[in-house]
Amino acid sequence: MAASRSRTGDLPKKISSSAIMWLLAALYGFPLLWFVVSSFKPGGELFSYPLTFWPKNPTLEGYTDAWTSFDFPGYLVNTMIVALAATVLTIMVSAACGYALAKYSNWWLKVFAGCILATTMLPTETILAPLFLVVRNLGLYNSLAGVVVPAVITATGTFMFRQFFVTVPNDLLEAARIDGSSELSTFVRIMLPLSRPIILTLAIFSFQWRWNEYLWPLIILNEPSQFTLQIGIAGIVGANNVNWSVLISASVLSMVPLVALYLVFQKYVMNADINAGLKD
Amino acid sequence: MVFSASRRRHNSYTLAPLILISVNLLLFLTFFIWPAIIGLAYSFTSYTGVGDAPWVGLENYQELIGDADFYAALLRTLIYTGCVVPLMVVMSLGIAYLLVSPYAKGKPIARVIFFLPWLISPIIAGVIWRWLFGENFGLVNFVITELGGEPVSWQSNGDLSLMIVVIVATWAGTAFNMLLFVAALKNVPVSYYEAADLDGAGAWQKFRSITLPAIAPTTFIVVLLSTLHAMKEYTYFVAVNDGGPGTENNLIVQYIYETGFKRAQIGYASAASFVLLLILVIVAVLQLIASRRKGS
Repeated sequence: MAASRSRTGDLPKKISSSAIMWLLAALYGFPLLWFVVSSFKPGGELFSYPLTFWPKNPTLEGYTDAWTSFDFPGYLVNTMIVALAATVLTIMVSAACGYALAKYSNWWLKVFAGCILATTMLPTETILAPLFLVVRNLGLYNSLAGVVVPAVITATGTFMFRQFFVTVPNDLLEAARIDGSSELSTFVRIMLPLSRPIILTLAIFSFQWRWNEYLWPLIILNEPSQFTLQIGIAGIVGANNVNWSVLISASVLSMVPLVALYLVFQKYVMNADINAGLKD
Repeated sequence: MVFSASRRRHNSYTLAPLILISVNLLLFLTFFIWPAIIGLAYSFTSYTGVGDAPWVGLENYQELIGDADFYAALLRTLIYTGCVVPLMVVMSLGIAYLLVSPYAKGKPIARVIFFLPWLISPIIAGVIWRWLFGENFGLVNFVITELGGEPVSWQSNGDLSLMIVVIVATWAGTAFNMLLFVAALKNVPVSYYEAADLDGAGAWQKFRSITLPAIAPTTFIVVLLSTLHAMKEYTYFVAVNDGGPGTENNLIVQYIYETGFKRAQIGYASAASFVLLLILVIVAVLQLIASRRKGS
């Protein structure tokens, strides 16, 4: 009796919840859909009223233009280098530091943990000019290394690893010590492989941060041959006559690698324990 | 006893943790401490990036107090933050609530749709909405005129332009905050809701008296991070309307960027940066105090 009543009572709830959720999903999904559909319209059709949803004469013109007239391949390679290098370095540095913070209890480690947390309060934007001077004095101005190196240290990554290693039993560490394994080799051979899920999660986060970054590369990179995709695309937006056909296609192309990466590693992002709650 | 013995053994390791943190320590000193110190020093000079850095004392700060452009940028930043943070919290909590609700159908697909904007860069997110809200070519104005209305000046009206950036930022930022809320909502004990059901509580009542208090720590983090993030927003404004019309929607980071890098007033920009840092610290401390007071 009670069960049947609750089941009939559930139906309106099911309908209204689903309706609201899908209405919101349509609102969130539509701008991107409209953008992607537009990328297949020839230049003239983009602005010819009345607008139609589907392209009348679908074409890849915009994509070929983006690939040839706009130096898409060059920007793509630069962005790949920056994102991959930063991701690999971020993982190595964050894993090592997070492990030290989790498994050793020296007083200066606690101080350093506080310092790293404080970097979230000191975002790049508040030290933009002096950070630029430091990077320039190190000879990294106008080089991809200048974009990568300052971005390697992240509080999010360090604390993701720290949180994980805290949950690894100390017995494991003690057993390795008794077996005569040195501290560093225990970390590399035993602990690092255990943290695979965290490595993958941070890899996707870090790759996304660096792939999409705009302001810092804009300041450091001065020559078009060094530009990343975001600077290149922002260059089209800033032009007096925006070439929408190239802009839309180049933008869609620039999203493909991240979307592909996300679809493959979806579960590592969606189940990420990001309760440390920090973002870069 | 065993505990203290193992603890002492822990403490006897110095070299290994030092090596493990060494790279992070070096990066921290080079890219945070060093810039922070020279930034503070340069804010008392009229340095231009090359040559000498003549000492001017507090002149930069005094000038900043009387700088109308700086105030305009600061005010615009506060308005933007005041609009985007509440909208962001409502949208990401609402969507997270639907995504963990047992009633909504098709959640796995909807989750991917809500998450996609996280993958899109701020520049391209801005471009996507600019395409939708173009004054002479955008779909929105097309629909408005088809329905018999007048085209709306999304680009040449500063407030409407700001509103579009608020929408872009909410659209793009929902996914991350939604993940935080989903994790928090899943951790609310089911028994609380069952007890409330027995007492005959309605859905809204349950949400207000069980859900909201239970997820308060996460809400605090979302509000804090969104506020800090909004206070230093720059990229969306560049992509949507280049901080325009004119300089109307130049936010504080854009102001720092323009003075420091386009006009090469490194000293003056450093002073403005420190004011921004001070504001961020005050915001964080105020929110921390507010959440502590509520908690107790």
